[in-house]
Amino acid sequence: MSAISLRRISALALRYLYLLRGSWIRVLELAYWPTVQMILWGFITQYLAGHSDVLNQAAGLLLSGVLLWDVLFRSQLGLSVVFFEELHSRNLGQLFISPLQPLELILALIFISLVRTLIGVGIAVALAIPFYGFNLFTLGPSLIGFFFNLLLMGWAIGLMVAALVLRYGMGAESIAWAAIFALAPLCGIYYPVATLPGWLQPLSWVLPASHVFEGMRAVLLEHTFRLDQLLYALLLNAGYLSLGIGLFLAAVHQARERGSLLQSGE
Amino acid sequence: MTEYAVIRVESLCKHYGSVRAVDGISFSVTPGATCALLGGNGAGKTTTIAMLLGLLLPTSGQIRILGEEVPRHRQRVLPRMNFSSPYMDLPQRLTVAENLTVYARLYGVRRIRERLDILGRDLDIADFFKRPYGSLSAGQKTRVALAKALLNEPEILLLDEPTASLDPDTADRMRRTLTDYQTRSGATLLLASHNMSEVERLCDQVIMLRAGHIVATGAPRELIHRYGRKDMEEVFLDIARGIQSGEVIA
Repeated sequence: MSAISLRRISALALRYLYLLRGSWIRVLELAYWPTVQMILWGFITQYLAGHSDVLNQAAGLLLSGVLLWDVLFRSQLGLSVVFFEELHSRNLGQLFISPLQPLELILALIFISLVRTLIGVGIAVALAIPFYGFNLFTLGPSLIGFFFNLLLMGWAIGLMVAALVLRYGMGAESIAWAAIFALAPLCGIYYPVATLPGWLQPLSWVLPASHVFEGMRAVLLEHTFRLDQLLYALLLNAGYLSLGIGLFLAAVHQARERGSLLQSGE
Repeated sequence: MTEYAVIRVESLCKHYGSVRAVDGISFSVTPGATCALLGGNGAGKTTTIAMLLGLLLPTSGQIRILGEEVPRHRQRVLPRMNFSSPYMDLPQRLTVAENLTVYARLYGVRRIRERLDILGRDLDIADFFKRPYGSLSAGQKTRVALAKALLNEPEILLLDEPTASLDPDTADRMRRTLTDYQTRSGATLLLASHNMSEVERLCDQVIMLRAGHIVATGAPRELIHRYGRKDMEEVFLDIARGIQSGEVIA
């Protein structure tokens, strides 16, 4: 394999930034759902705060959960949806006859997913301060670890979804939206993993996000930083991201065998 | 001594289960030649071009382009070749200039603005540089696709229906752009076309395909003579209908 080229990665990243720059509605859309979620859960928090000991101890529990959940959701969607743009515009064939390598395409998708996540979640995080007096940065330096791990998991799932769509066509596009929500109940976003039935808990612990949300609760409720949880998440993410990259590369190879890169589109 | 070929294909096959899209074809194209791949729908032209580009993996056979084995070393040859097809699009919402800039960067073009100015003038597309690609007519899109294919000044240019959707005047200007480019750069052109007068005018070598096999090769004049016809249109019809050269139709 030839060396990875930063020039080619930045060229493709530019293509996605042009798209974002060309439509303020797209930028607005990025921030819209995270903000709506934040507002909704902010009111629920305010209502429950007077009725719940847990929320009395840590009013930011639900809002932190919802904002961090959006990091995972937006990073996955940011990667999958941008990849679908190439299929919708029948541009994938053009990209694969250029010197761009599949791994460079992955890195460009990851970059733009990061940009989209920072815009979308960043605006919601900023608005939570004047709206509810809640600052996500009170999670301290551990926030960086949580954020990074959720991004990694989002990218891993995004790549798996992109691989599925490359293999089975645009009919599988809805998986991009459904995949992450199928995992949501297991991730312990708003409740500890211990709340789940015993038989479901092992499934929950193999998800990096479960360790992140447990770590988040430890910071907010016990004021302790659980390095072990972050390391578990990182280790699991290394496995899932490798799997995601492997599946995507295998899907590209298979598409080359079946000739589907020529006809890729709706 | 065997003449150096910029494209050398040997026993190339692409099978999809029991369907033999390309079935053991061999040919070579010399530097600076303009070669046409001809054949009816499903003859194997696009499949062959896709394999040359590394977009499709062969079932068996060998491809060497510019001395490199493809698809194994496609990364070494892709920066030196390019492809234009009306059946492959560019991002619709990006402007023409944005699209060309992205591809210029992907191909490592230096002095991008200068290159875009030249292509804008040569292909008469400068007026819609700022328009979204999706808002262009089919003919304008074909010209932009050719501009994209000429961005890196390729040594080998593959073209699928290069003048499809173009009015006769624009098609003529496009053909002139291609011949001017070839004269200036010494590039090799391989094109798939259904426009036989275009083939007669542009090409010095023709490869006729039918059902995945090469059924005839030669210069256009040579084929016209061999089949006893007055032009390539008639030769094409003979071959597409399975009539052998020299066969007389009542």
